[in-house]
Amino acid sequence: MDAPARKLVIACGALAHEIAALRQANGWSTLDVVCLSPELHNRPEKIAGAVREKIHERRKDYSEIFVAYADCGTGGALDKVLAEEGVERIAGAHCYEFFATPAAFAALADAEPGTFYLTDFLLRHFDRLVIRALGIDRHPELQKTYFGNYRRLVYLSQAPKPDAEARARAVAERLGLELVIRHTGYGGLGSSLANFAGRPWMPSWPA
Amino acid sequence: MPEAAPSEGEFDLRSLADAELIEQVHDDMYNGLKAEVEEATHIFLERGWKPDKVLNDALVEGMRIVGIDFRDGILFVPEVLLAANAMKGGMAILRPLLAETGAEPIGKIVIGTVKGDIHDIGKNLVGMMMEGAGFEVIDLGINNPVEKYLAALEQHQPDFLGMSALLTTTMPYMKVVIDTLKDKNLRDKYIVLVGGAPLNEEFGKAIGADAYCRDAAIAVETAKRLLSERRGALARAH
Repeated sequence: MDAPARKLVIACGALAHEIAALRQANGWSTLDVVCLSPELHNRPEKIAGAVREKIHERRKDYSEIFVAYADCGTGGALDKVLAEEGVERIAGAHCYEFFATPAAFAALADAEPGTFYLTDFLLRHFDRLVIRALGIDRHPELQKTYFGNYRRLVYLSQAPKPDAEARARAVAERLGLELVIRHTGYGGLGSSLANFAGRPWMPSWPA
Repeated sequence: MPEAAPSEGEFDLRSLADAELIEQVHDDMYNGLKAEVEEATHIFLERGWKPDKVLNDALVEGMRIVGIDFRDGILFVPEVLLAANAMKGGMAILRPLLAETGAEPIGKIVIGTVKGDIHDIGKNLVGMMMEGAGFEVIDLGINNPVEKYLAALEQHQPDFLGMSALLTTTMPYMKVVIDTLKDKNLRDKYIVLVGGAPLNEEFGKAIGADAYCRDAAIAVETAKRLLSERRGALARAH
């Protein structure tokens, strides 16, 4: 009997840890995963081109490819590339939305437009991807320019480590924001990958 | 009282001739050195430069260079913000002097981020560059519902409405504002400019804006061009 065809997930590096955990927990052994740098989020206009390049690079080796990105600030540019390449992605505007579910995210955004969101990944790498990447470490005066209009911090947790809540509190304190913690689990990331893998998954995950 | 001599290693801007000082202020703006840009602004004024010449040759040109390098991926957001902050320092010195000259603004814009969106970095850069180019800027701030835009348009009677959004979830609200203007037969009265990271030209056209502006420098160029075209068309009509 032929071995099952391998499938490829081209993912945002911000989801690497979560996808690896889902793959292992659910036995999706036919899925291979390749990640692009999460720092592309600081230049979202480069995401669509980088995804296209990766599709072209790996297409010959895989019968099916799935893209683990949302629109992610590309303003439809990613969808245009994916339509041309015949590849699908996770539904939604960004990872906050697909982790929280669209309805829950809309409710959060409506309740307070000045909300800054964190996921497990962003919490782990907050210093590198936010403080250092935005130059706040070198120029603390910029913090007000970036965060002056925010009122609260919503931490959407996927599979939080024991120290996550304390870290989220420290971030909220640093930014001077009210903290709200919502455990989302893997949300639309898990269901999209399960659908692509053609296998069931374990949607609930211990908080 | 004589001014303190620069200490060893400190650079004396006053020792530079005009052409060198212009180059230096561009460099200082590029490096986000607000105090140096402010000092150079004072020096130019002391040397008898007109405020509008200092604004255009020193500040606006310096920021234009920063904008080009941002567009080309050489500079990043933090550097642009620091440069903008330096330019703001210079503009704060020049603004009252420019007002004293009584020069009429070349046009007027009402600008703000749309309802649900509190991200104003891009909008603030556009406002600053528009002001630097001689436009009167009425800044409505963040999270503006359509009623607030309409009230400001009625009150200020601008040439332009500028709307900004950073989120894909909030950018569709621009169409709500434009459709409301159409419903009230006000759409043709204003030139509508839109901008923000997730937007593109196609989106601008689809919602019925006059132009999508990719960055602050392009917003200024586009505003000048569209205003000139509109005034030309009005002149021909009369």
